[in-house]
Amino acid sequence: MSFGGTLSILRSDSYAELSQYRDQHFRGTRYDQERLLRKSCTLYVGNLSFYTTEEQIHELFGKSGDIKKVIMGLDKVKKTACGFCFVEYYARGDAENAMRYINGTRLDDRIIRTDWDAGFKEGRQYGRGRSGGQVRDEYRQDYDAGRGGYGKTVQCQ
Amino acid sequence: RLESLICRVGEKSNSSLESNLEGLAGVLEADLPNYKSKILRILCTVARLLPEKLTVYTTLVGLLNARNYNFGGEFVEAMIRQLKECLKVNMYNEAVHLVRFLSDLVNCHVIAAPSMVAMFENFVSVTQEEDVPQVRCDWYMFAFLSSLPWVGKELYEKKDAEMDRLLSQAESYLKRRQKIHVPMLQVWTADKPHPQEEYLDCLWSQIQKLKKDRWQERHILRPYLAFDSVLCEALQHNLPPFTPPPHTEDSVYPMPRVIFRMFDYTDDPEGPVMPGSHSVERFVIEENLHCIIKSHWKERKTCAAQLLSYPGNNKIPLNYHIVEVIFAELFQLPSPPHIEVMYTTLLIELCKLQPGSLPQVLAQATEMLYMRLDTMNTTCVDRINAFAKSHCFLSFDRSDCLTQDLEKPKPKFVREVLEKCMRLSYHQRIIDIVPASFSVLSPANPVCIYKYGDESNRSLPGYTVALCLTIAIKNKASNDEIFSILKDVPNPNQDDDDGEGFTFNPLKIEVFVQTLLHLAAKSFSHSFSALAKFHEVFKTLAESDEGKLHVLRVVYEVWKNHPQMIAVLVDKMIRTQIVDCAAVANWIFSSELAHDFTRFYIWEILHSTIRKMNKHVLKIHKELEETKARLARQHKRRDSDDDDDDDDRSTDREDGPLEEQIERLQEKVESAQSEQKNLFLVIFQRFIMLLTEHLVRCETGGIDVFTPWYKSCIERLQQIFLQHHQIIQQYMVTLENLLFTAELDHHILAVFQQFCALQA
Repeated sequence: MSFGGTLSILRSDSYAELSQYRDQHFRGTRYDQERLLRKSCTLYVGNLSFYTTEEQIHELFGKSGDIKKVIMGLDKVKKTACGFCFVEYYARGDAENAMRYINGTRLDDRIIRTDWDAGFKEGRQYGRGRSGGQVRDEYRQDYDAGRGGYGKTVQCQ
Repeated sequence: RLESLICRVGEKSNSSLESNLEGLAGVLEADLPNYKSKILRILCTVARLLPEKLTVYTTLVGLLNARNYNFGGEFVEAMIRQLKECLKVNMYNEAVHLVRFLSDLVNCHVIAAPSMVAMFENFVSVTQEEDVPQVRCDWYMFAFLSSLPWVGKELYEKKDAEMDRLLSQAESYLKRRQKIHVPMLQVWTADKPHPQEEYLDCLWSQIQKLKKDRWQERHILRPYLAFDSVLCEALQHNLPPFTPPPHTEDSVYPMPRVIFRMFDYTDDPEGPVMPGSHSVERFVIEENLHCIIKSHWKERKTCAAQLLSYPGNNKIPLNYHIVEVIFAELFQLPSPPHIEVMYTTLLIELCKLQPGSLPQVLAQATEMLYMRLDTMNTTCVDRINAFAKSHCFLSFDRSDCLTQDLEKPKPKFVREVLEKCMRLSYHQRIIDIVPASFSVLSPANPVCIYKYGDESNRSLPGYTVALCLTIAIKNKASNDEIFSILKDVPNPNQDDDDGEGFTFNPLKIEVFVQTLLHLAAKSFSHSFSALAKFHEVFKTLAESDEGKLHVLRVVYEVWKNHPQMIAVLVDKMIRTQIVDCAAVANWIFSSELAHDFTRFYIWEILHSTIRKMNKHVLKIHKELEETKARLARQHKRRDSDDDDDDDDRSTDREDGPLEEQIERLQEKVESAQSEQKNLFLVIFQRFIMLLTEHLVRCETGGIDVFTPWYKSCIERLQQIFLQHHQIIQQYMVTLENLLFTAELDHHILAVFQQFCALQA
């Protein structure tokens, strides 16, 4: 096009931007990580119920495009679902639409959250909390029936 | 930043719009010496991309023109250049905005009315062109008529004779143009309570009414009125004579549309009155709301906020307009302008911002949609389905759907929604919430059916092999071991065995696929792993076309209670080339699936299959183009590197691998395109067979053709045409000569003719 182009207000795409979060376990430079995040087709999905199944995730996230793979997050000790997963699409555009329209909506009556992921690697499907689940479930004080009840530290009191 | 200043004018502010415009005009005037081309570019871009703020920017240009006549002239020239560019590259929707902008500039004393009329005369004369597609004439007519709400009054005051002539030419064009395409694009087949009008017809009625009202238009915000004294003093420019660019092979015009209406003034008895369907206000409001969605579709919160802050809030039932416009887009045929899930989420955001009023409007809308399901196009019913499950659509007052035949639209719809709800939660939950009287509509428990599971089945052929296989697979057997176990399976088609290697053995396929899928039934991931691990076995067993078909049949037998599983398995099998797209198409039309033929999941699978095929063709095509580009770059590098034509052999050697690659890719592209064409031909052929059978049966039996099944089937055929129209257009000659010939029943031929009319 020899004319115009577009306007920056119309380019705004805040839902599809990178968040502030950076996986601390990422092996590589910050620059590499961000480069991967910017071309990734994989999303991290958090705040799932422990009972949410791969099938439910497939149905919900399938609305923004064809899914290549769903990897359920597991408790490192129990090897059961611990409330997160990865969704990988074939096309980045489909992942972007998921960030725009599925992030912040409900699944199993919980508001789920999606974020860009640099790419699944073996081992990343496990929770990193001391007890085997996610870190957030170690320390939280509230009672959450869909995520094993009270936080682990509270349970041990 | 200039762009930011210009873009933000008109937004909520502490000062009035007039003073903001005045201020901005002053700033820009001062910047003209240094930043003229930048300002020109930005203003042209906002004219093209922010049509919802049309009058704000025309006023701004008017003010600038009053202060600097030359700038006004340069702007008009730049706009004309931009308009020509848009038309050249088929950006017709944006071109309309430019035309409207130019016409509103007449109101701002930037452009002289007679020259605008002259441009419109050239537009309307396109309808006299011969041998051009109707959609071309349609666009020029639309560009003219749709500008009149803004500038009709002014043009009529200055040039009434010419305008009358133009309008009567418009009338005669609209009378003679063909409208065969309309039924294909209507959301409802019934005309009550709201006729689904063709877009040009509707617009014409609106303009006629406007004329009858002596061009009085009160909805559009016109900031320039406040500056009348200043603008009156300005010198106007004449538009240069504008010749519409001629029609070319590459011209692609917008498809016709049908105007979706679901509300009228009776729907909000307490609030402000909704403008009538033939009022120009309705047209302007809808245009602007559509433009807002187009501008902000990526930012759902902004989009919702912008929609709700559309001016005129207390004079129009804005919530109703917004809901109607959103559903208009969601139900648009062939496809919504944006991804379906966007609309669901946008409605959620709107409800968050207006929790006291919007949910009620939405509830009213969904109630109305449910009541009118019987005459709704099947494709649109699918789309409510997708939206309904997210909005807990169902209330169990729907006892009317219990008394009907389960194939009728309402009970069918409820079943599909319940199934989708189940996919997003789980079976027991659905059973818990569905009252006992409705249990006939509940989805089946999605469990796998393993025919060799029970001891009581031990008389089934292949039972012992199945047991063997089960143990072997549990013990992590290799593909070779599986093959040797399967060798013991007798072939019921023994007589057809031509003795050459692997022939089609349906029993082998049955035993293997049943057993494997049963073992891997736990989750999608388990099943995918199983497909991957035993890929070799699958490929061998499904080598022939019959083999592929049989694999699909067995998958269905095992998982018929779990349509979602069937869909993901079919998807994986296509991607790993265990089956091909044509096999899936044949399977969908096979008699085994006849019972499920009208279910949503079947069409999800078919359209997904077609999409995969299309993406595959595009992908290889892209690879080919990229490789050709690489070769061209290599040539260029070489040509610029050494002008001496020395070692010819070395250059050939360099080119060799790339040229080979290009040849191979070329073959790949051709074979993919041929596979793609074959897929569509198979689908159309099977549709024709199925529909013809039904029509013949009805005729000989003397029963009415229009059963729910027939309606669903014919609309599914239309859907194939519409959803993949660009690709199918390549096959027109074959379709006309081979499949959709004159001997075909007129019911079926009509669909093809409607399709042809879309771009005619």
